[in-house]
Amino acid sequence: MGRYVIRRLLQMIPVFIGSTLLIFLMVYALGDPVAALFGDRAPDPATAAQIRADLYLDQPLWKQYLHYMAQIFQGNFGTAFNGQPVTELMGAAFPVTLRLTLVAVVIEMVAGIVLGVFSGLRRGRTVDTTVLIFTLVVVSIPTFVSGYVLQYLFGVKWNWVKPAVSSEAPLGELLLPGLVLALVSLAYVTRLTRTSIAENARADYVRTAVAKGLPRRRVVTRHLLRNSLIPVVTFIGTDIGALMGGAIVTERIFNIHGVGFQLYQGILRQNSPTVVGFVTILVLVFLVANLLVDLLYAVLDPRIRYA
Amino acid sequence: MRGAERAKWGVCAVSVVLAATACGGGVDTRGSGAAGIVSSSWGDPQNPLEPANTNEVQGGKVLEMIFRGLKRYNPRTGAAENVIADRIETTDSRHYTVTLKPGWTFSNGEKVTAKSFVDAWNYGALITNRQKNAPFFQYIEGFDAVHPENGRPKTKTLSGLKVASPTKFTVALNQKFSSWPDTLGYTAFMPLPQTFYSHHDAWVKKPVGNGPYAVESYTKGSVMKLRKWSGYPGPDKARNGGIDLQVYTDNNTAYTDLQAGNLDLVDDIPATQLKNVHADLGDRYINQPAGVIQTLTFPMYDKRWNGKNSEKLRRGISMAIDRASITKEIFRNTRTPATDWTSPVLGTKGGFQDGICGEACEFRPDRAKELVKEGGGLPGGRMTIAYNADTGSHKDWIDAICNSINNALDNDKACVGAPVGTFADFRNRISSEKMTGPFRAGWQMDYPLIQNFLQPMYYSKASSNDGKYSNPKFDKLVNEANAATDRKETISKFQDAERVLATDMPTIPLWYQNGNGGYSDRIAHVALNPFSVPVYNEITVH
Repeated sequence: MGRYVIRRLLQMIPVFIGSTLLIFLMVYALGDPVAALFGDRAPDPATAAQIRADLYLDQPLWKQYLHYMAQIFQGNFGTAFNGQPVTELMGAAFPVTLRLTLVAVVIEMVAGIVLGVFSGLRRGRTVDTTVLIFTLVVVSIPTFVSGYVLQYLFGVKWNWVKPAVSSEAPLGELLLPGLVLALVSLAYVTRLTRTSIAENARADYVRTAVAKGLPRRRVVTRHLLRNSLIPVVTFIGTDIGALMGGAIVTERIFNIHGVGFQLYQGILRQNSPTVVGFVTILVLVFLVANLLVDLLYAVLDPRIRYA
Repeated sequence: MRGAERAKWGVCAVSVVLAATACGGGVDTRGSGAAGIVSSSWGDPQNPLEPANTNEVQGGKVLEMIFRGLKRYNPRTGAAENVIADRIETTDSRHYTVTLKPGWTFSNGEKVTAKSFVDAWNYGALITNRQKNAPFFQYIEGFDAVHPENGRPKTKTLSGLKVASPTKFTVALNQKFSSWPDTLGYTAFMPLPQTFYSHHDAWVKKPVGNGPYAVESYTKGSVMKLRKWSGYPGPDKARNGGIDLQVYTDNNTAYTDLQAGNLDLVDDIPATQLKNVHADLGDRYINQPAGVIQTLTFPMYDKRWNGKNSEKLRRGISMAIDRASITKEIFRNTRTPATDWTSPVLGTKGGFQDGICGEACEFRPDRAKELVKEGGGLPGGRMTIAYNADTGSHKDWIDAICNSINNALDNDKACVGAPVGTFADFRNRISSEKMTGPFRAGWQMDYPLIQNFLQPMYYSKASSNDGKYSNPKFDKLVNEANAATDRKETISKFQDAERVLATDMPTIPLWYQNGNGGYSDRIAHVALNPFSVPVYNEITVH
């Protein structure tokens, strides 16, 4: 187990270097960002040159990358164009997005697994069909539609919640955005759980458990569900990474100043320190989430062992 | 309503799971919070809030509240009026003596003196301080020494600025510029307290100025709280307790928050909501002219657009554009068809003259077709109109213009929009002269002077002359206008210069842009100034 974890951690190093280099190249390929700082007017050449020199933009690309990486290892992620250190932006954005992701994951896990178990156990009956239709509808509605509609209904029409999240972004205000963010994944979790449950319900060990005379509740939760959760856990693991970085649409609709919003602004203003810095952290989140998922397999299914 | 109730129950159930307490809603801590405080939508300013470094409207909002300079533009008429300046005198339009009114202080108690201005201007002009508005000081003698094209500056102060006494300083310009005093209302010319230089980082975190408001707290990227400064010595004291500027990720969200009653003032109505805005807000919707003109600029460095008879081609394209329909259908009257190259906010006294563009800015599809033909036809039989696709939803109106041109020329492949991914890339292509056809250009005035609409864009080698237009006749008239000491003569010379543009058509005037906004029923006396910034100090709270 220990050796396995160490091996996995070592594998992260090339992935980390490769992904930061790729992102750096892609942001660089967008062109010179200094021109946009002056709005619709042509930049004053002398001032623009001074800004380029200060931001290290006048150096060749490989030097820029090495300089950037050296800075990162000293804990300096550079400055965003409004003069704020990127680490400060991260300190403000990541807790907010983490809370939002937490809300979304809890919603999709609880609702998705419950719905999946019920429809999996009652395959082909009304419950199953209803859930199937529900998930199809949810999957086919894009986030920006469900976001604006729910925001209008709950926030403006019925006035139950505030349509825009305030800058502190407390947990309570994140419920609606979290629900919107969770909707699509929720449908996937439901479908995955249902299929897995329906398959395993006929497995030998379940029949044994029933034959032993165990109560149905115990058979379902301890034996059937636990083994059926492996694909679901895999999905949720990768989904955490996607939710943290991919909440751009939801964050914009609900005025959440999180990772997605900062990334969006960084891309619009071609601020490579912001984009590369945030993506670097997201890469780490992905890697760690996947490692945890792999370790969870062993917990869920006793047949899986890591050496 | 059963479905709705179930939905509410569902959301509440989740909130119990998370041990949170937001169900039922309605407890409002923003918007109608503290008495007399107005909440207003905001966008993150791009630059630190230094006066000589702020060139966009979001930062400009704050500076308008916390600074007062020598002059200020009247929020209604746009006329430059003395504020801290008692008088600005000259005999030759080149050497000016500025005398200050006594009694002005910064909100930290420091006196506003001649040194406050001279030091601030020296700071703004010095190249190593990388202030984006540095070119505004280019008319002052000694600018080249502190702001060389390349290399280190030779000295740190402008030789044309001299402090004569605490209330008097002199300015020497490097050329005649009779309307120079009227440019001094621009934010780059604001005075700065000594703490700006001695504790610069702290100042940027919480700016200190001399305007009717003082910054109470500033959380970058989310909210700035400004409160009325009770010791403000000027006549335009704040009529409310303060302003909370809230950063929104999206103007749609701000609009929704206004509808829900959580926000008092929105100064940017999203394009998609313009058709609902009368029903939603009624007479709480503001739509008034601002000093912004939109044009299509031709790349005059491209021979195919600047050959023999090409002015006929450019004029023909202009006459193929149905400005009236586009401003009505797409912009819902938040734009007015342009008939000259300035803006109606200047007023006829300031040099705006309806119809200088003449027939060329009217929609005459038949004549357009003839002119394009006489001008040699479109280069290669087709044209593109370039725009940036990332902000401002330009696609809609560019496509409409192309449709209008295609219809006039009876050729549905004549014109097509050419989106460029990001604004930065768009600007880079323009400055590296890579444009092969007309491109969109917007000009927001810095100060309400006819000079500001003409010289920066059409004078040979001027800073924002993106199309590289050059005509000695135009340059000569601008020089004469700047040298003239009589205001009337200045304006008539500038209008003559504008007539040169009407013959050459280096850019096609499209429309004058309005500022728009909406507000809640909690507040009154809301108006926008000619820069489309709300006049915050006049807002009253019920």
